[in-house]
Amino acid sequence: MSVQTWTWILVGLTFALYFGIAIWARAGSTKEFYVAGGGVSPLANGMATAADWMSAASFISMAGLISFMGYDGSVYLMGWTGGYVLLALLLAPYLRKFGKFTVPDFIGDRYYSNTARTVAVICALIVSFTYVAGQMRGVGIVFSQFLQVDINIGVIIGMTVVLIFAFLGGMKGITYTQVAQYCVLIFAFMVPAIFISIQMTDSVIPQIGMGSKVDGGAFLLDKLDSLHTELGFKEYTSGSKSTWDVFAITLALMAGTAGLPHVIVRFFTVPKVKDARKSAGLALLFIAILYTTAPAIAVFSRTNLIETVSNQEYTEIPEWFKNWENTGLIAWADKNNDGKIQYVAGEALNGKKPIYTNERGASGERLISNANSETNELYVDRDIMVLANPEIAKLPNWVIALVAAGGLAAALSTAAGLLLVISTSISHDLIKKQLKPDISEKGELMAARIAIFVAILIAGIFGIYPPGFVAAVVALAFGLAAASFFPAIVLGIFDKRMNKEGAVSGMIVGIVLMLFYMIYFKTGLIGVMDPRPASEWWFGTSPEGFGTFAMIVNVVVSMVVSRMTPAPPMDVQEIVESIRIPSGAGEASSH
Amino acid sequence: MSEKQKHASAYWKENIKYLTILLLIWFVASFGCGILFREELNAFRLGGFKLGFWFAQQGSIYVFVILVFVYVRLMNKLDKKYGFDE
Repeated sequence: MSVQTWTWILVGLTFALYFGIAIWARAGSTKEFYVAGGGVSPLANGMATAADWMSAASFISMAGLISFMGYDGSVYLMGWTGGYVLLALLLAPYLRKFGKFTVPDFIGDRYYSNTARTVAVICALIVSFTYVAGQMRGVGIVFSQFLQVDINIGVIIGMTVVLIFAFLGGMKGITYTQVAQYCVLIFAFMVPAIFISIQMTDSVIPQIGMGSKVDGGAFLLDKLDSLHTELGFKEYTSGSKSTWDVFAITLALMAGTAGLPHVIVRFFTVPKVKDARKSAGLALLFIAILYTTAPAIAVFSRTNLIETVSNQEYTEIPEWFKNWENTGLIAWADKNNDGKIQYVAGEALNGKKPIYTNERGASGERLISNANSETNELYVDRDIMVLANPEIAKLPNWVIALVAAGGLAAALSTAAGLLLVISTSISHDLIKKQLKPDISEKGELMAARIAIFVAILIAGIFGIYPPGFVAAVVALAFGLAAASFFPAIVLGIFDKRMNKEGAVSGMIVGIVLMLFYMIYFKTGLIGVMDPRPASEWWFGTSPEGFGTFAMIVNVVVSMVVSRMTPAPPMDVQEIVESIRIPSGAGEASSH
Repeated sequence: MSEKQKHASAYWKENIKYLTILLLIWFVASFGCGILFREELNAFRLGGFKLGFWFAQQGSIYVFVILVFVYVRLMNKLDKKYGFDE
């Protein structure tokens, strides 16, 4: 059977499964809608958290990024898993004991201030929308590639699917759907990795295969290092970022991910503090399966890519190369007119993306108008590595289709979780807590559903018309979470003396500093200034790593200001006392 | 200070002690072995891996998983010791 047929079958089957679950687990109350009734088992919650956490970016883009970055890609591996340790040890058990629905709830009550609550709601909305736009785009890419529909139609199909199960089920439906989605996505990620590991090395386990010998008798990583050196790239296992910058980026990603609202809210869905700890452990285990496989896929696909294309005649090149060239994610310019692909270090193009003319060149390639004069002739979009990997390795058609189903599961599960956070922020934190406290439970549920509907529409529009600054804003989201949420929550638990004045001034200074640095060095201000060059970075810190710096400033400001202003009121100090003790957590409540 | 409060503050002290030790290991495995001292560790090998590279892309993650499960065990015991388990 063709890849097409297989894709329709597998995507159809998995979608039928998700719908079935959404209908079975319909939500009837606000509690079921927000926190799945608080009765989810740690195992189910662990899987759902893992699916929530692993987005289209983890599934589709990460291995590709690492395969082009080599050692430098470690920042994502350590950052996104290490942040989980912080979450499990410093946040999850205490927030569960605190027992409210949302992060803004915690910030608002702990710092006895509606200003603090509002700042937190705004941060949660910005972070969530940034993420969800990326997910929708991811859904669009997968649909357009595998079902051969236009990318915008792909986005619309994705919107409809998310809408149906988020609308019906709320947190309850989403949680159980995510359990199914985790199973699909991890299976889809592992199968091709295992196939390729057996093909290239003689190990079944990709994590071991990555460090094994290949046919010629040399170790795979050594072979890749020497291929890299031959072609003028930096050694794969060395990377090119400075040690300090790797350190700063990793720490910013860790603190940023620990502060992500859609993952924190997960720990409100289990019955006891003990279960919150346990499900955090299980979730990290489930995440680690994908995160330790990704670097192996990166090494396999990098080696395969170089061996397949380097110095090959374009006319002899396999079919997948031309398919991706047709979708605009690969480009080749025959700069020295020898008909062969020269793939060496350096950019092949002026600008980020290839600009195609509508003509074909001497070998039948799509001509581009923005080729530069460097020796490198090949442009490869990093996002295609995971999707193209099974094709490059000539795996059977059903495996290629399986990857499509997995990518969709990853994107949809994260999108659904984020949309729920958005709707909760609006219906609960804004309407119920601030604008209209006397709203009935039915009214609040209705408001939550309307908010989800509106949020999906906005997310879909972002997915169809991605703003040019999406990539910059995604990096900003981690920095912002690290610079604002994370210190405020941790200090709220571990420093009893921390008060409103300290936390609010710390959050504001952290966010402003981070925004300034990102605008100054990364995005620029349209019409006012261009971003400054990397040579002027403070202490050689990239904007991605600056969250670490802003976070430290936040903590220092919070500490100093809080010691100069009055201690928090007694009842707040009692809240802190009580969240430190695990017993008597009760159920998560809205009051 | 009541009996209950004494219990609570002793519990909290032990909790902080565990957290300090676990986070120290967390730091050494990732920032230490995977980043700061990777050049030195790369002189050693684990099969086909240079050791520093292995820590950055594999080892640190295994350590993280073990850490969280150790934490769960330690805290469950601590809850029992002070009668805060349910």
